Amino acid sequence: MSAQDKRLGIGIAPGKLIVFLAFVLGAVAVIALMLGQSTIPAATIVKILASQLFPIDRTWPQTLESIVLDIRLPRLLAGILVGAGLSISGAAFQGLFRNPLVSPHILGVSAGAGLGAALAILFFGNILAIQLFSFIFSLIAVSMTYGLSRVYRTTPILMLVLSGIIVGALFSSCTSLLKYIADPVNEMPSIVFWMLGSLNNASNRDMIIVGPIILIGIAVLFSIRWRINLLAMGEEDARALGVNTGRIRLTIIICATMISAAAVSVAGIIGWIGLVIPHIGRLLVGPDNKYLLPVVVLVGASYLVAVDTLARSAFASEIPIGILTALVGAPIFAYLLRKTRSGW
Amino acid sequence: MTPLVEVQDISFSYSSDKAHSIFRNVSFSIRQGDIFCILGPNGTGKTTLLKCVANVIQGWYGTIYFGGQNISVMKTSEVARGIGYVPQNQTPSFPFQVMDIVVMGRAPHLTVFSSPSKKDSEIACEAMEMVGILPLAERPCTMLSGGEWQLTLIARALAQEPRVMILDEPASHLDLGNQMRILRVVKSLAESGIGIVMATHFPDHAFLVATEAAIMNHGIIAYKGPPDEVITDSNMRETYGVDVRVIQVGEGVDRKACFTSL
Repeated sequence: MSAQDKRLGIGIAPGKLIVFLAFVLGAVAVIALMLGQSTIPAATIVKILASQLFPIDRTWPQTLESIVLDIRLPRLLAGILVGAGLSISGAAFQGLFRNPLVSPHILGVSAGAGLGAALAILFFGNILAIQLFSFIFSLIAVSMTYGLSRVYRTTPILMLVLSGIIVGALFSSCTSLLKYIADPVNEMPSIVFWMLGSLNNASNRDMIIVGPIILIGIAVLFSIRWRINLLAMGEEDARALGVNTGRIRLTIIICATMISAAAVSVAGIIGWIGLVIPHIGRLLVGPDNKYLLPVVVLVGASYLVAVDTLARSAFASEIPIGILTALVGAPIFAYLLRKTRSGW
Repeated sequence: MTPLVEVQDISFSYSSDKAHSIFRNVSFSIRQGDIFCILGPNGTGKTTLLKCVANVIQGWYGTIYFGGQNISVMKTSEVARGIGYVPQNQTPSFPFQVMDIVVMGRAPHLTVFSSPSKKDSEIACEAMEMVGILPLAERPCTMLSGGEWQLTLIARALAQEPRVMILDEPASHLDLGNQMRILRVVKSLAESGIGIVMATHFPDHAFLVATEAAIMNHGIIAYKGPPDEVITDSNMRETYGVDVRVIQVGEGVDRKACFTSL
């Protein structure tokens, strides 16, 4: 049936588009490994990576290998995981909340993470504590939001949004209080800088812990992605179509929260991606989550890696990535919105 | 023939106080090929009643049997395989294509982790064909007219392959031509063996298609029976508080019709 082939968006068959986007991600990843304070040729990078799996003679200096494997590779992996994770969480939440203006932070993930990070900076001042506290506090914030929304019995979706606003405000004001009492020379700038987001601290050790959390979350959202379409029709319609709405809603919230909490704990607060990549995905393939979620994962990962590469190599000193995501992305989004058929 | 759906003495209330019920002590049954039309003023609980029967909202008292089985012990997906529900007009927030929406009707037949197969798409296409919207398959649903959207929702319910279909004011907000198109579709569904429950604001629609009619007022079913016996001058006057004449019309129409004056 031709109805399955011709779709909204730019009119390329979703399968072909997904293959193309996978190539784009591969290319962006290689470029990200090449660029930096010293430029490493692509061939050398491929050889270094291959030497980890196959016995190849080392024809390159040890320092080069260390730059690629210990500095650029974990950062690349962090960019891929955080970009893909935030984007898929955003897309799933937009379906769940039936609102294209929703971001993964709507239930208070970033507000919780912000307070956790500020506390850790004030009382411990080391990276491990910041990561742990921001992760735990974002889970606490979302749990509070979910618990609060259960107090009221009607219209669960609206109550979730309102509870998210309440909890977010509570945590943000606590963070502001901590900033106010923090030492303005060292502590306060590090709180502010953390909140702007950076992949600078990503290490191989982080990836071993955070990687599986994000990957499992993505895999679960992926497996139920067609059901998210049904939720986008509204609570009652979804029930009439036989969906156990409460269970699937909780599944989406748990996955998106674990993903964003893990992402925030390694990268700080990176806005814009979770809101706008799903829109770009919809412009490319239309709103069907069956195709949208794979597209969004690839676009989000490529986009964050590209922006991070720009952030660390285009200027003399590194610019916080949270600033650049919107600075680069806003004009791209404005252009795409004009160029394509969105159905709105 | 045993009824497909048997509603026994059900009541619904949002608060625990039974005195403030939305409706109470409602009973009716639907057999294969029946078209049961429920009339009644705004706010008498027609929509809430239909949602209860469609298992869309819970918390009612009483018993609803589907195919002899109590629906409160059935799984949501099990009910959805037997009962299709066409809600009142509301357009979704995302520009899904008509095809995407109709194929959603296959959800109760699929597992949580799967998406529609080719066969599901074929069933969805048959449903669109049956209600006459196949040419619209690729149209974003945000660009449909009211009538087209209503037919899309009916096709979605049809793709569930239900034995009973529940329609909430399917012809409201539609022009005369579309109203008749919807009624024709409803009638053909009943002829194919589906039992239909339909809320409507038009007594004439009951005369056109109903095998049984009911008037709901103040949360109870005030009258129930053949349309001719339920929709009468006095019953309509009592229900709506306006002067109504029910007159047999000839001249090629050959049915009863409702007339009002100010």
